[in-house]
Amino acid sequence: MSEVVLVTGAATPGVALAARRLAETAGVRVVAVDTTLPEDDLGPAKFVRADIRTPVISKVLAVEGVNTVLHMDLAPMRPRGTGSATKEINVIGTMQVLGACQRSDTVSRVVMMSSSAVYGTSPRDPAVFKESATARGGTKSGFAKDVVEVEAYARGFARRRPDICVTTLRMAQCVSPHFSSPLGLYFSNPVLPVPMGFDARLQLVHPEDAYAVVEKAATNDIPGTFNVGGDGVLMLTQAARMLGKPTLPLLPIGFGSVLHRAASFMGTDLTPGVHRLLTYGRIMDTSALREIFGYTPKFSTRETFEWYAETLRPGLFQTLGVTK
Amino acid sequence: MKDDLKGIGTSGEAGRGSRATSPSKAARSLAGPAKKAAPKKATAKVAATEPSTATKATATKASATKATATKASATKATATKAAQPKAAPPKKSVPKKAAAPKAKAAGAKKAATESPNRERHLHSVPDDEQKTDETPKEATSGLDPDDVAAAFAEGAKRLLGTDWSVRIANLASALRRRASGEYEVDEFGLDPEMHDLFNSMIEPVAESWFRLQVRGIENIPADGGALLVANHSGTVPVDGLITGYAVMKHTGRPIRPLGADLVFKLPYVGQIARKMGATLACAEDAERLLASGELAAVWPEGFKGVGKPFSERYKLQRFGRGGFVSAAMRAQVPIIPVSIVGAEEIYPLIGNIPSLARLFGLPYLPITPFFPLLGPLGLIPLPSKWIIEFGEPVRTDAYPPEAADDPMLLFNVTDQVRETIQQTLYNLLVERGNPFV
Repeated sequence: MSEVVLVTGAATPGVALAARRLAETAGVRVVAVDTTLPEDDLGPAKFVRADIRTPVISKVLAVEGVNTVLHMDLAPMRPRGTGSATKEINVIGTMQVLGACQRSDTVSRVVMMSSSAVYGTSPRDPAVFKESATARGGTKSGFAKDVVEVEAYARGFARRRPDICVTTLRMAQCVSPHFSSPLGLYFSNPVLPVPMGFDARLQLVHPEDAYAVVEKAATNDIPGTFNVGGDGVLMLTQAARMLGKPTLPLLPIGFGSVLHRAASFMGTDLTPGVHRLLTYGRIMDTSALREIFGYTPKFSTRETFEWYAETLRPGLFQTLGVTK
Repeated sequence: MKDDLKGIGTSGEAGRGSRATSPSKAARSLAGPAKKAAPKKATAKVAATEPSTATKATATKASATKATATKASATKATATKAAQPKAAPPKKSVPKKAAAPKAKAAGAKKAATESPNRERHLHSVPDDEQKTDETPKEATSGLDPDDVAAAFAEGAKRLLGTDWSVRIANLASALRRRASGEYEVDEFGLDPEMHDLFNSMIEPVAESWFRLQVRGIENIPADGGALLVANHSGTVPVDGLITGYAVMKHTGRPIRPLGADLVFKLPYVGQIARKMGATLACAEDAERLLASGELAAVWPEGFKGVGKPFSERYKLQRFGRGGFVSAAMRAQVPIIPVSIVGAEEIYPLIGNIPSLARLFGLPYLPITPFFPLLGPLGLIPLPSKWIIEFGEPVRTDAYPPEAADDPMLLFNVTDQVRETIQQTLYNLLVERGNPFV
């Protein structure tokens, strides 16, 4: 009997594509669960409508004989959800999934799709985060706080079930033309509001690399926590220039609320908390991913962004021919 | 002739002006029949024109030919200068017109061939029927676009050298490349192009204003990591910029300053600091920089050093907790003591407003002899003489990396570095003498 992989959060942007890819290329049976049908095609993966916030998830584990749980239902924002609903799914959902895994006899591997948000963002941060670093600020609320709590549960789970291999993947920011992401939404605006006097260093991961890492983690026993991100650094102003979009410097005080208002005026709903990332930025060290996990990202941050920028409308300066 | 050239009444009404430049009666009589004419000073006028050539004297309005006008333009420069003190305000348009051909004459021959037309044009102005109010327009309409282009080319050539067009094209392409985001920054945010730009801005300050003298540059390794440890002073941490400039100038290597978190909290300051290669002073970043073979620089005194009163100048404060030594030991790189003399005098700190400083979240709010008193003028640093001496490297590779966890050893090495800097400071101070000479 082949391996069975359970993918949670199938309706979360980008997850359905990961589930489909896993089902098509890795030779495993994939069961995707969520409360709503994903917008993307799941392909050969089987969809089961289940709410991970309820104990029903343990029944799914038992009925399908799941060996690997790929918990990807962590998202900074739901398409139609308030902050408290997001928190409910992120934190309570993770607790239920881990609780179900702890009682399961079949599960031998748990992969947590975490986020680089666990490091927070603050001016007291080191320039480059290693996996051993802890957040020094910026994790008091919102998604970052959720991720910190979720990772704490995962560590507790790993202590209680040492026989289960727990892999935590801290993903850098993702941009893709196929699904929405916090930075993708931000860069789709025609004018980019930036905090005055700050230039954040950004790190991106190409969806191809992210899927490859997830696939490897879901099919191999590689316990530990790994940063996943492309090489190199992109400054926020540099990214805006590459898009040819004008920037709108705003006062750093109250930047968050003005940013959200400006974005909603331009027709996009930004992820809460993205303003901190745009102020201080965040870069992760990926040497553990190469040396221990054994995967070298194919795309650098810059290549990822160029790939994404090609799918966007040309910015104002590009239209005018000021920039290339 | 000169009077004719001046085009009386070409700017403003005749007869106006201060006492120094009051027009002669003769000029006023020429300007218009409405004015009362009194040719009393006409002789003075003639006297003024006498130094000019005979051609000019004979040339009249009616008989001005192209040939004489061309000759006149050659001598015009001196002639107008001679007449300047007595020149009537209406004549003022003439030096303006003369200046343009003069500039061109230096560069292009073309201007000389054009001047006859110009002269004739001028001659038509001072007819008695000429109305005064329409003449100022003519003064500017005489500017030929070709002349402007030639003058611009000449100016650019003088400013940028003979390959000015290449240099301007290069500059434009560089600007466009920057505007398109086609540049690389490293993971700490160092932007090499901006680094060079800022350094070229610091250069005149360091060389001319602070008269920087650098010693012991051979102690900085040409490659591989090293940790520069320096004394901190000057109310505003200018010493970091100047040290970075000195090292860049003499070794071609950028230093990576490790700054307090306040630097990265402040808008613009943090942004520029990162572009200059600075990063947060923490063990992670220090070890990462040193392990990758960079020249990291620390000022372990921190705010205690930079914000100490002027009376305690050149007295080293506590050198932090010795974290820099453990970072250097882990990375097995040498520690280079750096003694900076001169920074203490740039902003003599004579007072502090702790309550206001707390309000702004700053470690101190300085009062210098000039700062709040003269407003923005007080922000100009005093021109003290600077000497930066790079001392003999303190080897750390003699100790095993585990020694970084031995606090006693760390304290010893910290004290050794501190004492070295303090002694060097005293020697340099004696040698330098008066800081402002």
